[in-house]
Amino acid sequence: MTEDDLDRNRRHFLTVATAVTGVAGAGLAAVPFISSLKPSARAQALGAPVEVSIASMQPGEMLRVLWRGKLVFVLRRTEEMLARMTENTDQLRDPDSTEVDQQPEYAVNDTRSVRSEYLVVEGSCTHLGCAPLEDFDVRPAEGWGGGFFCPCHGSKFDLAGRVFKGVPAPTNLRVPPHRFVRDDLILIGQDSGAA
Amino acid sequence: MARIEAEVGKPQGGFIKWIDDRFPFTATMKYHVTEYYAAKNFNIWYVFGVLAFVVLFMQLFTGIFLTMNYKPSAAEAFASVEYIMRDVEWGWLIRYLHSTGASFFFIIVYLHMFRAMLYGSYKKPRELIWVIGMLIFLVLMAEAFAGYLLPWGQMSYWGAQVIISLFGAIPWVGDALVEIIRGDYSISDITLNRFFALHVIALPLALIGLVFVHIVALHEVGSNNPDGIEIKKNKGPDGVPLDGIAFHPYHTSKDLVAIIIFLMIFSSVVFFAPDMGGYFLEHANFEPANLTATPEHIAPVWYFTPFYAILRAVPDKLWGFILFGLSVMLPLFLPWLDRSRVKSIRYRGWIYKSALSIFVVTFLVLGWLGTMPADPMYVLAARIFAVIYFAFFILMPYYTVIDKTKPVPERVVYHG
Repeated sequence: MTEDDLDRNRRHFLTVATAVTGVAGAGLAAVPFISSLKPSARAQALGAPVEVSIASMQPGEMLRVLWRGKLVFVLRRTEEMLARMTENTDQLRDPDSTEVDQQPEYAVNDTRSVRSEYLVVEGSCTHLGCAPLEDFDVRPAEGWGGGFFCPCHGSKFDLAGRVFKGVPAPTNLRVPPHRFVRDDLILIGQDSGAA
Repeated sequence: MARIEAEVGKPQGGFIKWIDDRFPFTATMKYHVTEYYAAKNFNIWYVFGVLAFVVLFMQLFTGIFLTMNYKPSAAEAFASVEYIMRDVEWGWLIRYLHSTGASFFFIIVYLHMFRAMLYGSYKKPRELIWVIGMLIFLVLMAEAFAGYLLPWGQMSYWGAQVIISLFGAIPWVGDALVEIIRGDYSISDITLNRFFALHVIALPLALIGLVFVHIVALHEVGSNNPDGIEIKKNKGPDGVPLDGIAFHPYHTSKDLVAIIIFLMIFSSVVFFAPDMGGYFLEHANFEPANLTATPEHIAPVWYFTPFYAILRAVPDKLWGFILFGLSVMLPLFLPWLDRSRVKSIRYRGWIYKSALSIFVVTFLVLGWLGTMPADPMYVLAARIFAVIYFAFFILMPYYTVIDKTKPVPERVVYHG
């Protein structure tokens, strides 16, 4: 076969077709490997909802529970705390919880809760994931009505986990899906279906 | 009679010839070692490449021994490190060599990179050596970050929490990406296990591959020198650069002195100050990871702090991530940002000399600020120095052009 007998179009077509098939094959072969990096069945099972008994909680008391390895605060707010929360709303970045990803629909209200007494929020700062510290003391001189303070980068949140203006955290603390199974039992991680 | 038979059976030219017919042994040795000519006027700045190689080898070696006793599981990791420290014979030494080696790796790499900035080693025709070098730096950062999670201490856990959360700032894909990095809904046993895989297999392999390519590229174009002159332009009748001298035995024997002095400094840190006052091994990491409480003060290990200070200086999460990434990546573009006609600082004008000096101070101050708590005064300072950091790179195409340069000599210059 000489140079003249070469069908260059045919050769070019075959080269491109082979390359495209190869790339598509490599892409498909990557699927199992990337999928293996996602949370496994066991991780998902361990990420199942957790039940929190609130039967013995006193007003003003806070529980720390782990759900999916994440810290969740369950705070039973006092009447006085609830009253105080309405005071400084002009200093909050998102007082009305308009950021949809940060709470389920049923927690879009003044207290960001299902039952106003009980606050359920993830104890993970929305800046870079540090665990905020509770600071429920009232210090009128500092304009502090109690809430959460992140030791890493100084973000502040009120008693409904709402972020203050002028701190690095962009959004309110996230309210995880949760519901009251009974009056004394909260299920964190699930908000519908049978318990 | 017997003598002739022996000669018939003997390969002509000996064992080396037998090898050379099957593998380019002598040719490779000549090309890369005994007939690789580097400039005669190398100064102390030219020892850090070899030292980085020594530390890489040491990290691989000590790492293998640590792997033999370490357990990559959340339940056992912290205890297995303590086990290495207390119960394994000489385990403490192997671990301190490895942890101190990590910090020294960065000290050496930073000095090695600064050398390139002093003498314009990234400029044409060595752009690719610099780009490969920057990739090595990025992989090294990933390697160090993955390694820092393994002891499963408080700072391991919360430091990883902060850095992995950074990727959550990326719009749309952020949350999914974070879940794929962790392999769980939070940093867990699964995350630790995969970071172990990355730290001991994937990233070291990438590192070795990149170092190999870095050296192949270097030996193709030849080493730069403190005068920034191409020594290949002046060759003797034998084809050897007049200003060059063989890597072995000349540069190797000089490098051996540097290696010994380095090991003296290195071992004094290993034996007398392995935690370096909390800078090489952070004090919070002597406590096992506690998922319910963040340490009072979170700071990454010192080698990440200049970039961390920039991250913290930005009051917005997404922009913080972008500027943090940019601060790490910008040096990659130096070969194209630097428009000066000359390579070496010796023949540059006052503008570049001042700019480089200010940059060094800025980098050190940012590094210090990154270790401090996020008080308003420190954050303000970090903002000012972050602006200077970026200005050094972004304004470089202008000030390197207007800078008045001196004539570059034909041959290298000796000092003393």
